[in-house]
Amino acid sequence: MQFLWAFLVGGAICVIGQLMIDVLRLTPAHTMSTLVVIGAIVDGLGWYEPLIEFAGAGATVPITSFGNALVHGALAELERDGIIGVVTGIFEVTSAGISSAIIFSFLAALLFRPKG
Amino acid sequence: MLKGQQSWLFQNRPVIRAASSVVGPEEGRGPLGADFDVVHDDLTIGQKSWEQAERALMEEAAKLAIQQAGLNESQIRFFVGGDLLDQIISSSFAARTLGIPYMGVFGACSTSMESLALAAQIVDAGGADYALAGTCSHNCTAEKQFRYPTEYGSQKPPTAQYTVTGAGAAVVARDGEGPVITAATIGRVVDMGIKDPFNMGAAMAPAAVDTLMAHFRDLGRSPGYYDLIVTGDLAAVGHDISLELLKKNGVPIEETTYSDCGLMIFDRSRQPVQAGASGCACSAVVAYGHILKRIRSGELNRVLVVATGALLSPLSYQQGESIPCIAHAVSIERGGNE
Repeated sequence: MQFLWAFLVGGAICVIGQLMIDVLRLTPAHTMSTLVVIGAIVDGLGWYEPLIEFAGAGATVPITSFGNALVHGALAELERDGIIGVVTGIFEVTSAGISSAIIFSFLAALLFRPKG
Repeated sequence: MLKGQQSWLFQNRPVIRAASSVVGPEEGRGPLGADFDVVHDDLTIGQKSWEQAERALMEEAAKLAIQQAGLNESQIRFFVGGDLLDQIISSSFAARTLGIPYMGVFGACSTSMESLALAAQIVDAGGADYALAGTCSHNCTAEKQFRYPTEYGSQKPPTAQYTVTGAGAAVVARDGEGPVITAATIGRVVDMGIKDPFNMGAAMAPAAVDTLMAHFRDLGRSPGYYDLIVTGDLAAVGHDISLELLKKNGVPIEETTYSDCGLMIFDRSRQPVQAGASGCACSAVVAYGHILKRIRSGELNRVLVVATGALLSPLSYQQGESIPCIAHAVSIERGGNE
């Protein structure tokens, strides 16, 4: 049952992204950033955590969870350090993802020569 | 000689002494594969970058056409060429290799017929005994230039078109044997407000129709004068729109065979090309490879090639501007002594 909900919720988020490309004619970059913003807003309203509890990887794997993580870190540090925490906390949760993107891109660039 | 508003009638009958077509692997697998002079089975053409590959295609096509005409580079007075890359580097860098006095032109995918019309005009006016017209495009450079780098793996909608990898060149001569360039119509820029760079065919169709109607009006001809009329790269979406527009304007297009190079070069049912082909090389290799061979063999007598071009830049569409389009028509007829 858990797998089914993960599949359905994750799939539904991807359907929204596909509709943004096909119907709203957004570019892939605009689609991705819009989904990040949607994830951030949903977490701001306090709804993303319940969604993760319900759908697991279905909610954490799509890009919307990145927006959720940005807001989550900022809000946590806001509580601990006050207003400056909003700035220092944004990459608190997401730093692992961003750092690994940089590190693995670097390793890939050592091995391959993209032609584009 | 000027005829009507925007057409030239070439009274000295410049001939296409020789023409060449060089293509990549996907084009070689298409229905016209056997008509092309050279089919490369590697998209890199043995070069380090896609841009160098495109340039190599242009150089190869130019050299092949000159060689087939029984000439050498020093006998060609002028090279008229262009391509899709920023600052038309493929043509300019190929001209550096060839060492032929060079005029760079940009008409996006209409460059094939724009360059041929200009070369014919130069020769007809006595400005040269031999002039070379040529153009090239490469699928991977065009994707990078106009859409996304191929490694990015971006999705394409079904209205998108596949840029042809290839190059075509023609040696236009004052006399001798070969298909004759009898007339040309230079198009106006037409913009119907379409903004989607994944639907170029729809944007270009009105420009093709505008040039076709100007051609028939200026030269007092009707579609039935030609055995075959082909547009450059309208592909499936644009071809249907152009048919509708022609009927709406009362042009009896059913008198002739009306097709599109972007539909002829690939078999859409088995090749991953969405709505069909596009690119400077699309109309160039179909005209210089396929159509000229059919004129030489006597299967066709009179053909009108209407090359279509979308004059957008990546910057203009990112800033939300619509896509201005153009089409140039060149009439090629069978010579008397073949």
